[in-house]
Amino acid sequence: MSTETLTPNVAEKPSTLPSSMDPNSFASKSGEDKTQGAVKIHAKDVCVYYSENKALHEVSLDIHTNEVMAFIGPSGCGKSTFLRCMNRMNDTVAGARVTGLIAVDKQDIYDPSLDVVLLRAQVGMVFQKPNPFPKSIYENIAYGPRLHGLVSSSGELDEIVESSLRKAGIWDEVKDRLDAPGTGLSGGQQQRLCIARAIAVSPDIILMDEPCSALDPIATARIEELIHELKANYTIVIVTHNMQQAARVADRTAFFHLGHLIEVGPTDQIFINPKEQRTEDYVTGRYG
Amino acid sequence: MNSVLVVIVLLALTVVAYQLGLARSRKLERASVKSLVSGAADRLHSRPSYHGWLAVLRAAVPALFVYIAWSIFGDQIIGSLVLAQIPADQLPSDPLQQKVLLQKLNNLATGFGIVGDALPFEQEAAAYMAKVSAQGNAVAFAVMAASAALGLFWSWKNTGYQTRARNEVERAIQIGLIICSAVAIFTTVGIVLSMLGEAIEFFKVVNPADFFFGTVWNPAFATSGAGSTDGFGMLPLLAGTLLISAIAMAVAIPIGLMSAIFMAEYASAATRAWAKPVIEILAGIPTIVYGFFALVTVGPFLVDLGNVLGIDIRATSALTAGLVMGIMIIPFISSLSDDIITQVPRAMRDGSLALGATKSETTVKVVLPAALPGIVGAILLAVSRAIGETMIVVLAAGNSPVLTANPFEAVSTVTVSIVNQLTGDQDFSSAQSLVAFALGLTLFVMTLVLNVVALVVVRRYREQYE
Amino acid sequence: MNNPSAAATSSSTFKGYRAIEQKVKGSLNGRKRAESRFVIFGIGAVTVAVSLVFILFASVISKGFPAFWQTQIELDIYFSPEVVQVELPPVESNFESPAEYVNSRQKWVNSLGFVNFNALMVDAVAKHIPEAADSPRSAIALITSGERFALRDYVAEDPSIIGKTVRLSLLTDANVDVWLKGNIDRSLPDEQQQLSATTRQWADQLYEKGVIKNKFSTALFMNPDSRSSLAAAGLAGAFMGSLFMMIIVILLAVPIGVASAIYLEEFAPKNKWTDLIEVNINNLAAVPSIVFGLLGAAVFILWFKLPLSAPVVGGLVLTLMTLPTVIIATRSTLKAIPPSIREGAMAVGASKVQAITDHVLPLALPGILTATIIGVAQALGETAPLLLIGMSAFVASIPSTPFDQATALPVQIYLWQGNELRNFFEGRTSAAIMVLLGLLLTLNSIAVVLRKKLETRW
Repeated sequence: MSTETLTPNVAEKPSTLPSSMDPNSFASKSGEDKTQGAVKIHAKDVCVYYSENKALHEVSLDIHTNEVMAFIGPSGCGKSTFLRCMNRMNDTVAGARVTGLIAVDKQDIYDPSLDVVLLRAQVGMVFQKPNPFPKSIYENIAYGPRLHGLVSSSGELDEIVESSLRKAGIWDEVKDRLDAPGTGLSGGQQQRLCIARAIAVSPDIILMDEPCSALDPIATARIEELIHELKANYTIVIVTHNMQQAARVADRTAFFHLGHLIEVGPTDQIFINPKEQRTEDYVTGRYG
Repeated sequence: MNSVLVVIVLLALTVVAYQLGLARSRKLERASVKSLVSGAADRLHSRPSYHGWLAVLRAAVPALFVYIAWSIFGDQIIGSLVLAQIPADQLPSDPLQQKVLLQKLNNLATGFGIVGDALPFEQEAAAYMAKVSAQGNAVAFAVMAASAALGLFWSWKNTGYQTRARNEVERAIQIGLIICSAVAIFTTVGIVLSMLGEAIEFFKVVNPADFFFGTVWNPAFATSGAGSTDGFGMLPLLAGTLLISAIAMAVAIPIGLMSAIFMAEYASAATRAWAKPVIEILAGIPTIVYGFFALVTVGPFLVDLGNVLGIDIRATSALTAGLVMGIMIIPFISSLSDDIITQVPRAMRDGSLALGATKSETTVKVVLPAALPGIVGAILLAVSRAIGETMIVVLAAGNSPVLTANPFEAVSTVTVSIVNQLTGDQDFSSAQSLVAFALGLTLFVMTLVLNVVALVVVRRYREQYE
Repeated sequence: MNNPSAAATSSSTFKGYRAIEQKVKGSLNGRKRAESRFVIFGIGAVTVAVSLVFILFASVISKGFPAFWQTQIELDIYFSPEVVQVELPPVESNFESPAEYVNSRQKWVNSLGFVNFNALMVDAVAKHIPEAADSPRSAIALITSGERFALRDYVAEDPSIIGKTVRLSLLTDANVDVWLKGNIDRSLPDEQQQLSATTRQWADQLYEKGVIKNKFSTALFMNPDSRSSLAAAGLAGAFMGSLFMMIIVILLAVPIGVASAIYLEEFAPKNKWTDLIEVNINNLAAVPSIVFGLLGAAVFILWFKLPLSAPVVGGLVLTLMTLPTVIIATRSTLKAIPPSIREGAMAVGASKVQAITDHVLPLALPGILTATIIGVAQALGETAPLLLIGMSAFVASIPSTPFDQATALPVQIYLWQGNELRNFFEGRTSAAIMVLLGLLLTLNSIAVVLRKKLETRW
């Protein structure tokens, strides 16, 4: 597969994409000018089935470049499920079936000609419980770039490792012990290591599935700070249980409930002036 | 004594003791119920059934011990008493002949009769034997009865409200449990001591250095007594063992490990459901069947194969035995590895997949390194199994204790030699037989070391994930 | 988007991505090929393992199945009074002591053995092939040598049969079986054949006439082993030996093993001694079986002076081998029972022993049962330790008590496969293996079914 196939592929396909992909038209549609630019991820009528059980009902959503989007909602409402659709991690779950359209950079990610390996290099993920590999810190970071053949010399690899660790804000803490096992760090450090690991393959999008739920408040604050810094170069989607966290970090927020997307919009609006009653009930704490 | 009669008497004693204990304590219980208001002092501590069992313990168990002691030692005591009575010139010196004589006297004494006539001294001795036996049985019976009676009396006297019958009974149960647990220890101790004892006898005759470092194995067949002490070098046997084990592992590790990986990571639940049990069947097949299969099917096949390829392969060779042993070990490695691989947390796999690794890359670069200690432990256990295997090599490895690295030739192993040395017609105390124990001790130590190392490695691995 | 200019605007944002994308795609094909190779390797491994199972079974069954049928010759034997000349059997009441009577009777039966039963059999053959009367040796070669003792026993059982004609089905000689089944190359010259040309010819004739038939071999199951009359060699002795040993194993290993497991799991304090015991038991489970044989030889035979080759010794050795398995399996069953059960019992005032006897043990019973069955199945197939306690000797009788000399099924297989008459015994050994595997399969299936039926998921 050569690089040219990506663009012509899109051009040759009869367009199923709405005209609202035009950045200008989108800004006018939402009414608020907090959008950062073009649509990075476009989802339309996405349903997810686990065997016979329908977990996600016709979710349609757009995520913009270089914004932080938060998914909130009570437990079991489908936010993690939807998150995992975006890098096709649901493929690894036996019996999972996804219908509808999800396009990243206008490329349908469920298109059979698309290699999922490529997709996952472009869309990184950080998990709820930090999961560093039982390797050294250096090897943890180097794993991705080496895998994809992104570097041709060990000097380049060192550079990528250092820059990833710096971007994740953990370089100073570990620069003297890059050979120590990754599992020997504290919880918060491990999570930042995982973020660095995800960054090392230069993705455009980082998906975060409740990244702070296993961490103490100080580590959480650190990660939230990190998200602010990363926003400039990455598009971030974060699933969170903690509404206050969403309020702190996210530009836009989507509220899920029982597998349905109830409302999406700028964070301020969702929390202060929600359009739907159910949203209001949730954000005011009427149910959890 | 007629054992059936004794068993019946003992059972009856048990029942009687139980009922007595029960009755006594029930009487107390009825009394206590009447005076419920008076408080704890009048409440029966343990339920009547426990009093019953306590009575049984105190009465029947001592009687049982007396009976067992008499059964084990009684015949010997009577035997030595009778032999002492026989005039010295008539007494055979060989212990085997003495045993025969005693049997004859026994036949005479019990009225079963012998063929032909008995010599006068024999008749006297037989009469004496009958008398002594009767006396002995009577004494034993009396002791049993006395101890039972004493026990019952003690139990009767001691049945009170505060008698902690249940505690006593439970303590007795616990002691019984401890004794049972000790059996496993005694087994190991027994193994070590018995082999050590005989091996030491062997090393008195043969120099340990010759044994451990000698390169010629050819225990000369000698008549009982002094035999040649050359040819007891076990290095050819060790080499044969290691050669066959190496071939076996070369077969079992790739097939076993890849099967485990495939079934843990790739196979659908349906495939796993039938493939796993089928492979497990290989583990349940007795090794004699494998040996026969090697001899009758694999051996000739390899000879034909050798003819086609132009190599001279013997029908019974290290290769034949090694191949079949490898087949036997496949399920060992496969099922242990499967458990270990599935124990690697899912989060680790997800982390790798999310970075864009393919499934095989995830397996090879993340899962396997994480599972490595466990897999190494499994392999060590498999090697230990291979080293200790007997029947396959007895049938299929040929029987040629030569130091060689050629897998197409016949070899011999430690286990084969143990069998050979102990199933011949040798005198049990000659060096030829004793060497089997020295070999056994070596084998035991080798497998012990492997097992302990494997256990430590696997334990450390499990701690990582728990 | 169809609009190329829009694509151009967006591509400037993705420049970094494009560069990396190019690099990644370059190696992608190689990686995908590696993935397929890996999967193929995996499928291959599973296929090889599974087919090995089938190859093994096919090999054993193809050789063993025909051996369940043996050629037998149906003859009308006339117990001619001229040939069978014998005194009346001794009567028990005439003798003073039981020993004398047994002795006399044995002498009488032995004297019966001198009767020329072979002549009776040759006459019976001659009824179908008249030439047989002229060459009795070729004729008697058709029938296995042990059958004349069968005739002797027939007469000893019922002396009134003298003078009558009885139709009996006798086992042919092993070589006749080999010849008729085609297990020996028919084109081999006479020197390499086991039977004379005449005998072979008669065998074919009688087979064609239907006098010799291929019948299901009850001898395989009912007879003890035999060295002289190979066609009559059977598994009965081995069966009884194995049965005695399995009974001993169940009676000893289960109570002791369960008791040990209960103590170790429920009562023992967690200190370094119990840790040592645990390591010890795990190690015992992995000790090679031949070492247990050495233990049996040294302790039970040499020290306790128990009889050589007796099922009692074999049973004791196998008990020691099965003990670790039972202990480990029972412990894991006990571990699986949640502590809430014990706590619930103790909360109403039960003592620890009562909680275990009344509550835990009944729940553990299914697991213990399956562990026992699996342990017995493993013990049934063991050969090496039994060889060391003397069972490699040839035993011609069926043991009646656990103290008699005996052999066991796997040992019998070992002894038979070494027999020089390969053509006959390869099949018979395979048949014995099928019997052993059948027993094991049954035991394991019972265990699996029981486990499924009685399994409780906590």
